[in-house]
Amino acid sequence: MSNIVIKAEGISKSYLIGHKSNERYMALRDVIANKTRGLWSKMHNIRLNAHKNIEEFWALKNISFEVQQGERIGIIGRNGAGKSTLLKILSRITEPTTGRVSIKGRVASLLEVGTGFHPELTGRENIYLNGAILGMTRREIKAKFDEIVAFAEVEKFLDIPVKRYSSGMYVRLAFAVAAHLEPEILVIDEVLAVGDAQFQKKCLGKMEEVEKEGRTVLFVSHSMQAIRGLCQRAILIEAGTVVADGKSDEVIQCYLQVIPKAKTPELLEMMIRQLPFDPAFRLESVRLLQSGLPVTSSISNGEPLEIEVSYQVLERTIGLRVFFDLYDNENSLLFRSFNDEYAEGAPIVEPGRYVSRAVITADLLAPTNYELRILATVFNVRMCIPYPGICIPLYVERTGKSNRAYMIEPIRGKLAPVFNWTTNCLGGL
Amino acid sequence: MKNENMLIIEAGRAEKHYWADLWRYRELFYILSWRDIAVRYKQTVIGIAWAILRPLLTMIVFTVIFGRLAKFPSDGNVPYAIMVYAAMLPWQFFASSVSDSSNSLIDNTQLITKVYFPRIIIPISSVVTSFIDFLVSFVILIFLMFYFKFNPSWNILYLPVFLMIAFITAAGVGLYITALNVKYRDFRYIVPFIVQFGLYISPVGFSSSIIPGEYRLLYSMNPMVGVIDGFRWAILGAKSTIYLPGFLMSIGVMLFFLIFGIYKFRKMEKTFADII
Repeated sequence: MSNIVIKAEGISKSYLIGHKSNERYMALRDVIANKTRGLWSKMHNIRLNAHKNIEEFWALKNISFEVQQGERIGIIGRNGAGKSTLLKILSRITEPTTGRVSIKGRVASLLEVGTGFHPELTGRENIYLNGAILGMTRREIKAKFDEIVAFAEVEKFLDIPVKRYSSGMYVRLAFAVAAHLEPEILVIDEVLAVGDAQFQKKCLGKMEEVEKEGRTVLFVSHSMQAIRGLCQRAILIEAGTVVADGKSDEVIQCYLQVIPKAKTPELLEMMIRQLPFDPAFRLESVRLLQSGLPVTSSISNGEPLEIEVSYQVLERTIGLRVFFDLYDNENSLLFRSFNDEYAEGAPIVEPGRYVSRAVITADLLAPTNYELRILATVFNVRMCIPYPGICIPLYVERTGKSNRAYMIEPIRGKLAPVFNWTTNCLGGL
Repeated sequence: MKNENMLIIEAGRAEKHYWADLWRYRELFYILSWRDIAVRYKQTVIGIAWAILRPLLTMIVFTVIFGRLAKFPSDGNVPYAIMVYAAMLPWQFFASSVSDSSNSLIDNTQLITKVYFPRIIIPISSVVTSFIDFLVSFVILIFLMFYFKFNPSWNILYLPVFLMIAFITAAGVGLYITALNVKYRDFRYIVPFIVQFGLYISPVGFSSSIIPGEYRLLYSMNPMVGVIDGFRWAILGAKSTIYLPGFLMSIGVMLFFLIFGIYKFRKMEKTFADII
């Protein structure tokens, strides 16, 4: 009992989602307009239908687990499964709706590297700032300062503002501060997905050191390889509940086999509504169509798959690009495709409503699981839909005419395109 | 299992430990205030110029319009410019605190959605930043006094009391508006209007003694009336008088805003991370 450091008992989290409105937050003008309308109809005895557009969405349902001291646990699950909500609860950013978590020891959570970094401040100043944000005292930072600087390899640039840093330096510095935290429990979200290969190796090394010191680590990642390498135990979360909890290898196996549940239109709508505000771009909807009919996530590979992205452009923008990524079930990118592939110069997009459509041709996808991620960017400026984007799992079923004669044969690769083969008989022997 | 190290997370829990947590996170409070100040004064010349020019130019305009053109009376025979500037200082502090803190949470969305700490730290540290600007502008007052050969009275020793009232009023109103600003994202368009409007209904460009006696108590519903009168009394000496019932009223309104602001902010805070 005494070395259980985290004990989660039946935690659930619900969000209220408005149904019809596209607003992520309230606007005073709407409240005033609604009140006035209410008053008007009351005066004229018009009964408004009291139908409420608000629906409860349970991001987490009754999650329970225990963590022993010194354990390194990987948390896996598809996007939208509830992993981030769980992390947010453990790091106290949001409170659970019901249930409780008891935690023994100091928790540091790294949901992002470089939280609070200010571009105008120098590297030195940012180390203190970021350290304090992550919960270190000034004395601790002072004691670790040289070590942090050496780890990040930025000695020469300590006194220039970080806005002049290269992105590599920036990330290294940010990770270095985080890596030198000394909490009893470390909660990490995908931070290893940064930096060049060499730096990643260094980070992994640092993580192993952490284990030797007996610290507990909760690690969320999409990289099965990293989970396998770092964690003995893994917890699989699917649609807000714990589906599997046990040895990493077994749980990963289970993850790869689980057929992704269809994403309900409500869930998709909620993901779209939760996107951060962008001054130029506003995603309205994403639809998948096959032979003119909407599909959720079960796709036949014998028919073309149409991806339809509707959005508003709020201001005149140069180089606004809508694109999608297709990932396989082990989280490797298979391909990326932009809506303006054939443009000769960066197109200027005027304000208005737009629909971009892309067609993935028939007989290209293999009968396996993929993840489609819808994204948008202003070239070289910012992401309009931040990574990982709107993620839609695809479960492809084999319906195509290709390879029909040998149906028993299993998948032959990550993709199964059909090429034009010609086989000629050059004459009898 | 040591009890003091135990952290329990459940619905409504953070509520009970809020003020204790605030104390635990005081270091973060210092560093966030320091960050805002450092960023503002990074380019020293521009930072200081900003803190000086704004009140100075407004003071000149007010002195010309109200003092010279409209010929409003000054308090006693105090130079009109000094009378205006003594009011401009707390007003500018109040105005920039309210408008900076109201945007502070939205500007720090990144932080709020990634790390836990009592959110009240963020708007309060904007108020502290405005306070530093206030101190810089205060230096100009000293120059003005030299220029007009004006001797302040011993009342000036009471200045910290009025400063405190200004600080609390700014924080209270700032917190309330911050909460509104997060809830209604279009509220930020209204804030500059409130600030602009406040400048004219507060006795900044004129002495509050020109308000007819029977309306004076009503006029003092504006908490800045008490603060500004107090500043004038402390800086200009007995030539400016405090209207006592009005002053008490201002303090009452200040306390109301403080409690109401904190209450509204705390109520809103629980859902910040979910709606931002």
